[in-house]
Amino acid sequence: MIQFEAVHKRFPNGTTAVHDLTLEMPEGGVTVLVGSSGCGKTTTLRMINRMVEPTSGTIRVGGKDVLAQDAAELRRSIGYVIQQAGLFPHRTVLDNIATVPLLLGWGRRRARARAAELLETVGLAADTGKRFPHQLSGGQQQRVGVARALAADPPVLLMDEPFGAVDPVVRTQLQDELLRLQKELSKTIVFVTHDIDEAVRLGDRIAIFRTGGHLVQCAPPAELLASPADDFVTDFLGSERELKLLSLTSLKDVPQTRATPLRADEPVSAVSGDGGRWRLVTSAAGRPLGWLDTDALPATGTAGEAPLTPARALRDTDSLLSALNETIASPSGCVARVDADGAVTGVTAREEIHARAAAAHAAAGAGAARTADATRTAHAESPSFATTATPTERPA
Amino acid sequence: MPDTVYELFKNLGVWLTSGEQWSGADGIAHRLAEHLQYSLLATLIAAVIGLPLGLLIGHTGRGAFVAINLASFGRALPTVGLVVLVFLASGLSMWPVYVALVALAVPAIVTNTYAGMTAVDPDVKDAARGQGMRAHQVLFQVELPLALPLIMTGLRLALIQVVATATIAAYVSFGGLGRYVFDGLAQRDLVQVLGGAVLVALVAVVLDLALSGLQRALFLPHSRLRSSGGTPTRPA
Repeated sequence: MIQFEAVHKRFPNGTTAVHDLTLEMPEGGVTVLVGSSGCGKTTTLRMINRMVEPTSGTIRVGGKDVLAQDAAELRRSIGYVIQQAGLFPHRTVLDNIATVPLLLGWGRRRARARAAELLETVGLAADTGKRFPHQLSGGQQQRVGVARALAADPPVLLMDEPFGAVDPVVRTQLQDELLRLQKELSKTIVFVTHDIDEAVRLGDRIAIFRTGGHLVQCAPPAELLASPADDFVTDFLGSERELKLLSLTSLKDVPQTRATPLRADEPVSAVSGDGGRWRLVTSAAGRPLGWLDTDALPATGTAGEAPLTPARALRDTDSLLSALNETIASPSGCVARVDADGAVTGVTAREEIHARAAAAHAAAGAGAARTADATRTAHAESPSFATTATPTERPA
Repeated sequence: MPDTVYELFKNLGVWLTSGEQWSGADGIAHRLAEHLQYSLLATLIAAVIGLPLGLLIGHTGRGAFVAINLASFGRALPTVGLVVLVFLASGLSMWPVYVALVALAVPAIVTNTYAGMTAVDPDVKDAARGQGMRAHQVLFQVELPLALPLIMTGLRLALIQVVATATIAAYVSFGGLGRYVFDGLAQRDLVQVLGGAVLVALVAVVLDLALSGLQRALFLPHSRLRSSGGTPTRPA
């Protein structure tokens, strides 16, 4: 657990980067620090491993005051990932990953072996180890950066906008990888980003900062989205706040009705309009191919040969948001549901998904209301900023 | 006129290649050895002074004005004037020559070392510190290796300048290839003057080539990897 207690940071030029911060980052969870540029989120992160020294206040990692420890030794016990990875260009990937073990005096052989193991952990091929950083793509470099931070198996991982410099597709992959890794490793992660969607995806808790280094609200994503503490947070979360909330709920508990899909090899002459205008067509293996319009059937051929409107099938792990999205695209108003192998298990109607979405929203709101008192007390110290805040810079 | 130029170069060829010109205490071989001794020793002393200074300034970021002003100082310094000054102060010895040559070489070494250090990506230094490297580990494991190409360039530059300027040893009655230039001038022997100048130029070029070869050999593992199989095979 990481604890901030009345932490202040004022830089020599007079700007206050962090203002009276009291915050707990739970053990084994991902705490995302989010806010626009200059809000003190990176400074907050860097105070944890003493890359920046607080002006006053106490920071404890695992119960121990960081200022009471040797800075270099403290940093070796905390994983650190930065934007652009910051890899050593003159060292091979393997030696980059082995940095901290070597500093800890593990010996070259053991450090290399550990580095090779980590290459696999972060999803890189073994031969990547012999390369130099400039020979890798941005996404690969970022993976190496994560591997380097994990090398000595530190309980805490600090990540400063680690995926900020890669393209959106790779960023999503890296986020997925991080979630997968976190499931295995359960590190205490502090993650800085200016992207609220990234925060909602990754965070167990999200701490929103406002310019001047004020912490405005710290809550689990669902609670944050359901009941933002003030106008600043509401603005920051954006106009799609309710939709973002739906991205947090999976389809697992949403009921489905039995579907009677058409097999692709059935002749169209045998198709009747009894099952509604739109019929789902599946492959021999049961995978959905698309929707068939029974009002515009071709004269001959099979269902698989007829023109189909594509269907994006959803698994139980997909979110309500993606289901809602699919109801817009689906001509039948139903979404096809599949099992882990991609075979159709049933369909869910648009109305059902809408009802579930509304229920999820209400539940999050009710959950937030229960803890709202506590939250309000925590923020009572700076209520005047709450309503007058006008962020000068919006998150990109 | 073309005849005299032709004559001059013919005589120069004879001067450079005749066996007797190469042997003896006043022979080219001996003068060459002296010249190399002055140059290498002066550059070595300059490196011992300049490298730590440049590394210190580059690592701490303090005293950058020293590095910047040293460059213009080095350019403005009248070498012969310095030789005469130290000569007058210390009397007849090699001291004036070495002082002048070292003073000439130090700025090139300091400024290039400093430039190399500041060219290291701040993100990389930040990461090094963030992984738990102490100041000396950041310096020797990260900054120095990354600054090495520019540091080598500084050393090369210094050595070439020193080789060209070491002729002044002869000005205060010592040896080296400058002997031919000054003696030739005194004896109005143009061939000898030209011979000395050509030899100095040759030594400078050969040393530069040798050092750049060494530099390339040092960084070969890196550059070879860079040229082969450098394309990322997976997008992420």
